[in-house]
Amino acid sequence: MLFKLAWKSLLARRVSVLLTILMMTVSIFVLLSVETIRHQAKDSFSKTVSGVDLIVGARTGQVNLLLYSVFHIGVPTNNISWQSYQEIASHSAVAWSIPISLGDSHRGYRVIGTTDEFFDKFRFGNKQALTFRDGIPFAGHFDAVIGAEVARQTGYQVEDEIVLSHGIASTSFSQHDDHPFTITGILAPTGTPVDQSIYVSLQGIEAIHFNWQGGVRMPGNAMPEAEDLQPQTITAFMLGLNSRIQTFNLQRQINEYRQEPLQAILPGATLMSLWTMLSSVEQVLLLIASLVLLGALIGMANMLLVSMRERRQELSVLRALGYRPGFLFLLLQIEAMLISLMAALTAFISLQLSMFLLKDWLLEQYGILLTRLSVVDEFLFMLPIVLLASFVVALIPAISAYRQGLHQQLNL
Amino acid sequence: MNSRPAIQIENCQFRYQPDSDKALLQIAHWQVEKGETIFVFGPSGSGKSTLLNLLGGILLPQQGLITLDDVDLNQLSHRQRDAYRARHIGMVFQRFNLIPYLTVLENIQLASHFSRQDKTALRQRIQHLMQELQLEVNLLNQPASQLSVGQQQRVAIVRALINQPQLLIVDEPTSALDSDARDSFISLLLNQVASAKATLIFVSHDRGLAPHFSRQLDIQTFVESGAQHAV
Repeated sequence: MLFKLAWKSLLARRVSVLLTILMMTVSIFVLLSVETIRHQAKDSFSKTVSGVDLIVGARTGQVNLLLYSVFHIGVPTNNISWQSYQEIASHSAVAWSIPISLGDSHRGYRVIGTTDEFFDKFRFGNKQALTFRDGIPFAGHFDAVIGAEVARQTGYQVEDEIVLSHGIASTSFSQHDDHPFTITGILAPTGTPVDQSIYVSLQGIEAIHFNWQGGVRMPGNAMPEAEDLQPQTITAFMLGLNSRIQTFNLQRQINEYRQEPLQAILPGATLMSLWTMLSSVEQVLLLIASLVLLGALIGMANMLLVSMRERRQELSVLRALGYRPGFLFLLLQIEAMLISLMAALTAFISLQLSMFLLKDWLLEQYGILLTRLSVVDEFLFMLPIVLLASFVVALIPAISAYRQGLHQQLNL
Repeated sequence: MNSRPAIQIENCQFRYQPDSDKALLQIAHWQVEKGETIFVFGPSGSGKSTLLNLLGGILLPQQGLITLDDVDLNQLSHRQRDAYRARHIGMVFQRFNLIPYLTVLENIQLASHFSRQDKTALRQRIQHLMQELQLEVNLLNQPASQLSVGQQQRVAIVRALINQPQLLIVDEPTSALDSDARDSFISLLLNQVASAKATLIFVSHDRGLAPHFSRQLDIQTFVESGAQHAV
C-alpha cells in the first residue's frame, strides 16, 4: 500500500518529480564521474611503469628522479657515467637494464636515447609489453621510434625523416639538421608518457653530438668512427632483478656506491608518494561533487516540502482512514528514496554507456586509456552513501509530514 | 449487549488553548443509542468540526469522558485510537474524500487494508455496495479524479462502510450537490446505514434536511450554556 501510494503520488506530480530526478541525476553523474576519474587516474598513474624493480640516476630527490626518468618532466640534475652503469648492470642480481639518455627533443616531444632492451623489457599497466602499431624497433644509429600520441599529433608515418633539436624547448635554435633520423616504427597507445616520446639509440644521441662542445656545434664535418659512439654518460637507467628479494640490498649498495653519487628508487613506492602529493586535487574534486549532490538533495527536500502544502487534504484523508503519523513519515521517505534511486540508476547507466561509447574516441583524441570499463564498483560504493544522504535530508519533509499528521484536525 | 450506547459523553470540556478559561465545547451529558441517526446543525465555526474530531479520536477533551460502544477514547494510546478509528468509524467529508491519482478501487482499498476480510468476500462486498449506491462497477478502475462530485461522494460512502463500522460520521456531504441529487444521496445513505445497523452522525448547516433523521442536535447547546441534554 505504502509503495503503491508513494509511486502513484510521484506519478501524479510527474513534471516536478522528473525535474527533481534530472537534477539529482546530474549531480550523481558528476559524483560518480569524479569517483571514476579518481580511480582511473590512480590506476593508470600507478601503472605508468611496472615490472621495473629499480630506477637509478644521479643523486637528487626521489620524486625528481621519477619525474624525469619516467614522466619526462623537468630537467635531470646530473648525468651518470657509462662506467658506473656498466658496473651496476653487470651485478649478479641484475637480470636486465635499460639505459636512458635525455636532453634532445623534436617539436616539443622528448627524445630518449636507449637500447632495444627498452622495447623488450619495459612494462606498463598490468605488466603489458610495448607493441608496435606500425614498423619495427630502431636498428641503425639514425633510426627512431615514435609514440602513438606523437604520431597522431604530427601525422608522421614510418619512413618519414625528422630532425632533432638540441635542448628540450619546443623551439630551439640549435638543430641537429646534419643528421636527420628516419622513423622505423610507431608504438601502439599505452596511456602513459611513452606515447609522448621519441626513442632513438644511444649511439644516435652520441653521433649527433659528436662535434659539439658546450651545447654549440664546432666547425668541421667529421663523421664519427664506430668506437667514438660509445656513450660517455647517460641520464638514468632502469633495472630488472633476478629476484625481488634482492631489491633493497641492491638499492642500498647503489646508494653507497663509491665512485659516484648515485641514487636508486623503487618506482612503485615513489609513484605512490607522488600520488599522495597530487591527491589533494582529487580531494577538492570530490568535495565539489559532494556539494553539488548536497545542493540537489536540498532541492529535492524542498520539492517534497512544497508538495506537502498541496497534499494537506490528502494527508487528512489518510489520517481519517486510520493511518498513523508514522505512515506519513514513511510515505515521504519512500518518495525521496524512489527519486534518489531512479536518479542514481539513470546516472549509473548514462556514465557506463558513455564510457563504452567514448573509450575509443578518448584514446584517439586525447591519448587517455581507460584501464577499467566498469563503474559498477564506484556505483555500489556511492549508492548507499547517496541513499543515506537522501534519507537524512528527507527527514525535513518527512518529520514535517509526521507533525502535520499528529496535529492537524480532520478536514471535516 | 444492545444496551450499551453507541456514544456516551459525560462532563466533557474541550478548549484549543489549554490555559484559556473559556471552553469551546462543554457537554455535561450526551448519549446516542445504537442505530440512531443524528442530525447536527449549527452555523460554521460553532464547534461542529471540533465535536467530530473529538468523536473521531483526533482531539482529546481536557476533561470528561467520551466512550464509543463502551470504549473509553481517553484510555487509548495515539496508536490505539488510530487503529480504533480505522476499524470502527467511517468518515465522509464535504469535498475532498478521494485521493485523486488513485483509482476508485485503490481508494476503497486504502480503508479495507485495515480489515481482515478475505479477498473474494471483500470483492463481493465492494461490488454490492457499489450497486446499492448506484455506481457502475466499471468505475472501479478509473482514477478518482475522473468522477463527478456526486459519484465521488457515493464512493466515499462505499469506502466509509467497507469495514462495517459501528459509527458513521458524515460532514455536509451534500453541499456540492444540487437539491435533487442531494435528496437521493441522503436516502441512499440512510438506507445503507439502516441495513448496516450503524449509528449515523450527520452534520450540516442546512436545517431543511433535518426531517430525514431520527433526532437533531443544535450544536449551540453544547457551546453556550454547558449542561444540556440532547433535544
